[in-house]
Amino acid sequence: MAFLSTLFSQVINGLQSGSIYALVALGYSMVYGIIMLLNFAHGDIIMVGAYVVWMSTANFGFHPIVSILLAVVVSTTLGVVIEKVAYAPLRSSPRLSLLITAIGISFLLENGFQLIFGAGAKVVPDFLTGPSVHLGSATISFSAIVTIVVTVLMMAGLTFLVQKTKLGKAMRAVSEDMGAAQLMGINLNTTISFTFAMGSALAGVASVLYLSSYGQASPTMGSMLGLKAFVAAVLGGIGSLPGAMLGGFVIGMAEALVSAAGLSVWKDGVVFAILIIVLLVKPTGLMGKPMTEKV
Amino acid sequence: MKTNRKTIPMPMRYLINTVLIVLFILASTLFVNSDAVSGYFTKILMVIGINIILAVSLNIATGYLGQLPLGHAGFMAVGAYTGGIFLKAVDAAKATGGTYYLYVAAALVLSGIVAGIFGILIGVPALRLKGDYLAIITLGFGEIIRVVLTNIDSVLGFDLTYGASGLKRIPKITTFFNVLLCVVLSCVVIHMVMKSRHGRAILSIRENEIAAESCGIRTTYYKVMAFTMSAFFAGVAGCLYAGYLGSLQPSSFGFMKSIEILVMVVLGGMGSMLGSILSATVLTALPEALRAFSDYRMVVYSLVLVLMMIFKPTGLLGQYDFSLSRILEKLMNPKKSAGKKEGASHE
Repeated sequence: MAFLSTLFSQVINGLQSGSIYALVALGYSMVYGIIMLLNFAHGDIIMVGAYVVWMSTANFGFHPIVSILLAVVVSTTLGVVIEKVAYAPLRSSPRLSLLITAIGISFLLENGFQLIFGAGAKVVPDFLTGPSVHLGSATISFSAIVTIVVTVLMMAGLTFLVQKTKLGKAMRAVSEDMGAAQLMGINLNTTISFTFAMGSALAGVASVLYLSSYGQASPTMGSMLGLKAFVAAVLGGIGSLPGAMLGGFVIGMAEALVSAAGLSVWKDGVVFAILIIVLLVKPTGLMGKPMTEKV
Repeated sequence: MKTNRKTIPMPMRYLINTVLIVLFILASTLFVNSDAVSGYFTKILMVIGINIILAVSLNIATGYLGQLPLGHAGFMAVGAYTGGIFLKAVDAAKATGGTYYLYVAAALVLSGIVAGIFGILIGVPALRLKGDYLAIITLGFGEIIRVVLTNIDSVLGFDLTYGASGLKRIPKITTFFNVLLCVVLSCVVIHMVMKSRHGRAILSIRENEIAAESCGIRTTYYKVMAFTMSAFFAGVAGCLYAGYLGSLQPSSFGFMKSIEILVMVVLGGMGSMLGSILSATVLTALPEALRAFSDYRMVVYSLVLVLMMIFKPTGLLGQYDFSLSRILEKLMNPKKSAGKKEGASHE
């Protein structure tokens, strides 16, 4: 029984971190689908969101709801600003320059925040508190429930947005064929900005969820989180939204199970090994080809 | 001058180049060993040399082959650990005279070969993919090398890499002279390979892989060859790095290190050896020069990177790279020192 309850709580842990990976992976996947850019700065947007939450709860003592909204708004704005300032001027240049720019922005955010707030981690007080659920001998924490529920809601909302709205249709059209979409009267700049806004808003939500489970913000927290979420996006099939969700959960579960087996130091290795195996066996990812709803 | 299109015969060119290279090595060694240069400055020069080797080696895969590997630090790590473990095992610090130099040379070659073997092992599966996917898979391999170096001891029970606490007390074999020698040898070898039949095959793959293949070029063979060569020199640089620092931590060979090297190559101009050399020098020396503002230097560095990509995406040299070779041609002066040879890029 003890084994089963450990396994159960690890599965919940996996779902919780998997949810965060999935939200971040969605941002990677959307941006890649639309402008074929590996947006390395995406992980650092989460970092910025986390700092916003820290500032507003620990320094200004805002209500949690206010700081959550603030984090999402700031992340979204930041994502759009980055796109306008750094990526838009390079839209017609080789993809490598775009990639290097993304890396540069990521460096800039990390070092800028390190300069302003120092290299140390900032502890964020618990701001999502509520009752935890007991199932037999296992406990599901409130933050895990919130994380999983919020993620599912976000995904449902995003799917609706992409499938049913006009902007979603425009996004799908641009990712299908940028030139043809433009000829059909789709405003390219608006659509791309909107994609970045969506991805960054999800990153903002992810930063809140991250803080609710780990409670710390540091300038480099985004880079590893971003890389793993990126692996999740590739695993699911980069450019595919359901793939990114699935990939996030698979990576989260794999990490949790490796930890449960007592090999937690190999967590990162396993994640990247999954990446290599997927790329060698099926480079398009789990849902790359059959599901063509790219964004 | 322009009417004089005659060129100096090849043996003569080789002779001139060799003499110039030897003179360059002698002069700079004498200069650095004289009292005019402080120890701090020599150390910076050594780091610059190591970074030059890393940049020109990555330039093979990025500039000449046209791929984008993001795991170059992994090969450097393999070389560094191979060299470090070998030097500790033979206890090179206690050796004297000829044996000492033999050990140093053996460590450098061995690191290169082991890194090269890793290059083949990783290159064969990875090079089946292209573009972004190749970038991602090499990133994965690079991270795995780091994780393995961190954890292998605790799993297999060796005392080999000493895990996260790092490999310490490596004999400090790196001197300005052997860094310089390695830089010159790497540049000369890479330049000569790129000017040969094999080099042209590699360039043709960059230009158009399908066309190259239909002309009978074994694309897989040449891609793996270029990748392995790139890994070999990264391994040599790693060994020099190990001998320079005297201790190694797996965490210093992470993804960010690969990016740093890539930035050097891209800022210098991809496919231009002179560009790689110059930007490796500038990007290593600049943070040192900005040390007074050390809080701001990483911010400035990343800002420069972004602004450069927006306003001058062709790299540090850009047009100038081309005009340099034209000036040389105009003067009909084939005397190019090895350190300043330009790659075969005419884009």
